[in-house]
Amino acid sequence: MAETTRSLTDLFGMLGPRRDTDTDAGAAADSSVTNAAEASYATKALHKFVAGLQGRDGPLLLDLGPVVGNNVTFFGEQLGCRLRVEDLAKDIDCHVKDGTVDQLPAFFSTRFTQAPGTVDGILCWDVFDYLDRPAAHSLAVSLSSLLRPDGCLLGFFSTADSRDPVYTKYVGVDDVTLRYRTYSASRPRQRSLLNGDIIKLFKDLRVTDSFLLKSKVREMLFRKPAPRL
Amino acid sequence: MVNIGKSVVIKGELSGSEDLTIEGHVEGRIDLKDNVLTIGPNGKIKAEVFAKSVVVLGEVTGNVTASEKVDIRDAGSVDGDLVSPRVALADGAHFRGSVDMQRAGSRQPPPPQQQQKPNPPQQHPQQGQKVGA
Repeated sequence: MAETTRSLTDLFGMLGPRRDTDTDAGAAADSSVTNAAEASYATKALHKFVAGLQGRDGPLLLDLGPVVGNNVTFFGEQLGCRLRVEDLAKDIDCHVKDGTVDQLPAFFSTRFTQAPGTVDGILCWDVFDYLDRPAAHSLAVSLSSLLRPDGCLLGFFSTADSRDPVYTKYVGVDDVTLRYRTYSASRPRQRSLLNGDIIKLFKDLRVTDSFLLKSKVREMLFRKPAPRL
Repeated sequence: MVNIGKSVVIKGELSGSEDLTIEGHVEGRIDLKDNVLTIGPNGKIKAEVFAKSVVVLGEVTGNVTASEKVDIRDAGSVDGDLVSPRVALADGAHFRGSVDMQRAGSRQPPPPQQQQKPNPPQQHPQQGQKVGA
């Protein structure tokens, strides 16, 4: 019976992200997000990201997604961190609306006010899916510079092309479950990045984990190597 | 419990040793280290805030430090940095700033800000963000 249940779960997993019916997972979340319209899925990289930062004293975390109350609580309680939310989707929208998308590479090179080497962790979520190559390169260089040695960066990269103009808001339920909801975007995802392209993009970082999920999202965890003595 | 009404405007330093609800305007500094401060739906604060707990239903511009909890409700708005071991941001709340939830005993000075780099270009000023989920 248990095997039958697992098989069905796997089958549904292949069809796409599961709807949230898991009351145990939901119990950890704010009641405002226990909504049948939202979907959740198991994340394999998030707990490694959290574990990579857990030993640090008051780590500085940069979240490149929108402000999500649950994430503030989740990462704050897990890490006792300082969290700075920098919503890059909003920046992309501004440039698209102003017709200045070609200026995004220059924009990203001066976007962040933190000093180089001072950020312990960066949550990129899937922001790179919405950038063309020059902007993605510029952002990757900036983020790599911000990370302190041994710092972690978590990114999600879609392997399936989609023309739907929607962003995804990721909500941490626990360190193995993410809930997400979509909201309107000014542009759809750009061309999917191949694994090799992603690695080249973050050439100053080391890939520590890479998971291709059934939802066709590749979760990648990077770490900045400590300088050689 | 003390209440500062809608028509009251205070400029300067406000301190005390009992819980306080503000529905009026306060500019300067609010210090209620051992008590709960509630910024009511009509309250507008431009101040550095220090309290045991802070509940925001109105507008706050300035940094908020609480030894227990900061709670920004759905109609609440904060432009400033939060320092507290517990922070709750409701769906729909407006927040712009950073959150420092360092555990007690692990305080360290904030990292130096980059002096040479300019702020994000003015043509796209950072808007406060509505909180989602």
